[in-house]
Amino acid sequence: MKAAVLVFPGSNCDRDLAVAFRNAGADVTMVWHKDSALPQGVDIVGIPGGFSFGDYLRCGAIAARSPITAAVIDHVHRGGYALGICNGFQVLTETGLLPGALMRNAGLKFVCKPVDLTVETTDSAFTADYGKGQGITIPVAHHDGNYVAAPDTLAMLRDEDRIAFTYRDNPNGSVDDIAGILSQNRRVLGLMPHPERAAEPAHGGTDGAAMFTGLIGALAPA
Amino acid sequence: MKARVHVMLKDGVLDPQGAAVAHALGALGFDGVEGVRQGKVIDLELVETDTAAAEARVREMCEKLLANTVIERYDIEIG
Repeated sequence: MKAAVLVFPGSNCDRDLAVAFRNAGADVTMVWHKDSALPQGVDIVGIPGGFSFGDYLRCGAIAARSPITAAVIDHVHRGGYALGICNGFQVLTETGLLPGALMRNAGLKFVCKPVDLTVETTDSAFTADYGKGQGITIPVAHHDGNYVAAPDTLAMLRDEDRIAFTYRDNPNGSVDDIAGILSQNRRVLGLMPHPERAAEPAHGGTDGAAMFTGLIGALAPA
Repeated sequence: MKARVHVMLKDGVLDPQGAAVAHALGALGFDGVEGVRQGKVIDLELVETDTAAAEARVREMCEKLLANTVIERYDIEIG
């Protein structure tokens, strides 16, 4: 599996994400935001956490209009995979590749702690190695993770089984406790929690590792 | 030519920051504040001299970057 991890000014989880991909067996290339093309043959693009462009204007807004992001949009339209974590989820909603938006946390505080999630669907490469309804613990670290979407969008997400993860004890006010959602073709996942920060024993938890092994399982050449 | 863009959360979108400001005003003894909504003002200096063309251009900027129309609405003042 070939993975590309984007790097914007202000990204700060890019290397962690690259390590998680590599530990799962992926060949990883870091890609600078001013590049206008992804490396040849990339299967999945990782859009990392952080504070791209200082969160100026809106979180993820400027990264979503960067040259490399246009290439990511083309990649997704060709059926390519993408994983957006935290700021990466914000970037994906700003591009319109995922519906809805992420607003300031309802409690207005930056929330930085491990949270308990429920795996809502196993019907995706990202969640195939989990069990449906499984409880997992993954850290969050965000100020703007309050997911909002119009009622018809929420109904669509539910009807199409596109809610990937929910919070068991909602830390940010997200509607329907939503922590992560899938695209219609199930190849794009955006989530606020950081699976790459719970991917090896030294992290204090390994519940995030299955996301990367699941991707390898789905995307490794047969 | 100058343009001013007001970006506000759409009606019906909860505004946690506005609610916090309302709470703080109440704590300072300002009674009678029934609601607070917080938004942004963006001032632009444009080379364009035609009002209609400037407005059309700024509208495009709002749709593409300045506002997230999933949750925000915008108003444009020209001149």
